[in-house]
Amino acid sequence: MIDDVIKSETGSYFPTREQYDALVAELHNSGYEYCSDLCAVDYLQHFDRSLPDGVVRERFEVVVNLTSVRMRSRVSIRVQVPESDPSIPTLFYHYPGTEAMEREAYDLMGIVFTGHPDLTRILMPEEWEGHPLRKDYSAERVPVQFKHSPAIR
Amino acid sequence: MTDEENNQIEAEEEFSEETFEGPQEMTEREFTAPRELTVEEGAVLRMAEGVVVDAGDIDVEIAEDETMIINMGPQHPSTHGVLRLMMELKGETVLRTKPVIGYLHTGMEKTGEGLSYIQGSTNVTRMDYLSPLHNELVFSLATEALLGVEIPERATWIRMLMAELNRISSHLMWMATNGMDLGSTSMMIFGFRDREMILSFFEKVTGLRMNHNYIRPGGVAADLPDGWEDDVLAIAQTIPRRLDEYNDMLTGQPIFRERTEGVGIITQEQALALSATGPLLRSSGVAWDLRKHMPYLAYDQVDFDVVVGSVGDTFDRYAVRLAELRESVRIVTQILDKMPSGPYRVLDKKVTPPPRKRIDESMEALIHHFKLFTEGIKVPPGEVYVGIESPRGELGCYMVSDGSSKPYRMHIRGPSFVNLQSLPVMMHGGLVADAVAIISSVDPVMGEVDR
Repeated sequence: MIDDVIKSETGSYFPTREQYDALVAELHNSGYEYCSDLCAVDYLQHFDRSLPDGVVRERFEVVVNLTSVRMRSRVSIRVQVPESDPSIPTLFYHYPGTEAMEREAYDLMGIVFTGHPDLTRILMPEEWEGHPLRKDYSAERVPVQFKHSPAIR
Repeated sequence: MTDEENNQIEAEEEFSEETFEGPQEMTEREFTAPRELTVEEGAVLRMAEGVVVDAGDIDVEIAEDETMIINMGPQHPSTHGVLRLMMELKGETVLRTKPVIGYLHTGMEKTGEGLSYIQGSTNVTRMDYLSPLHNELVFSLATEALLGVEIPERATWIRMLMAELNRISSHLMWMATNGMDLGSTSMMIFGFRDREMILSFFEKVTGLRMNHNYIRPGGVAADLPDGWEDDVLAIAQTIPRRLDEYNDMLTGQPIFRERTEGVGIITQEQALALSATGPLLRSSGVAWDLRKHMPYLAYDQVDFDVVVGSVGDTFDRYAVRLAELRESVRIVTQILDKMPSGPYRVLDKKVTPPPRKRIDESMEALIHHFKLFTEGIKVPPGEVYVGIESPRGELGCYMVSDGSSKPYRMHIRGPSFVNLQSLPVMMHGGLVADAVAIISSVDPVMGEVDR
């Protein structure tokens, strides 16, 4: 499985969305105990970035950094996520520690993590419109929104 | 009611319906999906041995009137800022906990995209306000990795000195607030007193007591002032003596032990699965310190030990931090002997602005100065992840450059943000009175959690 995934010279994996979950599972089993970081990048204004041959460029990229305590090494996984369907499987069942990080990526970048147990906004108010870290979201466009007193749910 | 008012209400309802993303708060059991329930029970973890807790096994049949959801914070003196916890209690026992955060969110990652690399360190330094120098360090290391510049030796050692002193001040601050949370007011006064000594030294070196903007891409802002050795020596001699006092005062104290021992236990597997790092991970017995195991700066040239606990309770986290203070003092003493001489900034005209004197003499220097402060440093395109050991754990920076003078994307992996996820696990089954002790032992800094 790992051999099928495109690997860059620096050792980053570039799986497709279909390969992503299986690749992480395999890395988890091969000794990468914890997930250091998970974040999303919006490449709207920097679309022609350099990627290894064979990787289809998409607007979003989810970057996962796994760390192995035993092997003292890090590996990074970069998945291309299209704008039309910004969804990707959750890593929660391999690394429960990604729960908050995935919520953050959803909140600020609008990536939907399918299968996540509690995919709600984490930093922005619940009623907030849009995803602020997207490049087409101008910081000044929307006036500051204040949360009104909680309504009956 | 007039039509106008009616229309307004309708518009408001429509607005909140369109944008409603689901509640962030904890909901009552009958309204919570089983899968989410497992998270808040803290029992979800898929362990290394392959033990998987099935969502169906969780007892959801607890009668509604037996449990109660209470809210703690965001305005609570022992939540270290604006952390809000929702806890489900059965009598005095905590069943579920859910941290609700975001009250201090100021969009610093977005702000960082609008600032050049020279301005960027003023932004990141405000995230974790108890260890600002570590934030600057990780930002600078990431920028330098993309730039591909080699930092002069003296700059590396100055950075290390400042980072270790900052670790001492941060841990002392933790000792102080932890003391206050557990009712030891004298510890609070003592902790602040000792931290003051280090902050005065920082003020001497950087000009500011917090948010220094001292470590910058390319080196540090200024050389150490004359006589810095005496100040550092005074700190290195005073702190261990004071630590002995605190050890006498707290470690054997029956009330302190009663409140911390066996409280908020987290196992190695749980801590690793939840991506916990720093003293929280080490207290459970995993020897993982990025300074030792993935050395950056010149940490491979100094001698220090990685302190680990055995039980993973609140007392272990106290003991680990107390011992880490001594290790940091050990490193500082070695830096005093080994500090090399030489330039404190990289001598690359495209990265470091020329000295003031050169501007009067040289046209080229003037041009470089003008270009650097109007346009900034041009960083070649690329992506990099850098992780360092901050007092709270792994502080990471993922930086993407598109070749311009501003970071295309700057993501900071805050250790407290990730460490907060272990609260439900540590709280589960404990008493509500211990909640304060457990929150304090995680040492969250809300500025970094919310960024």
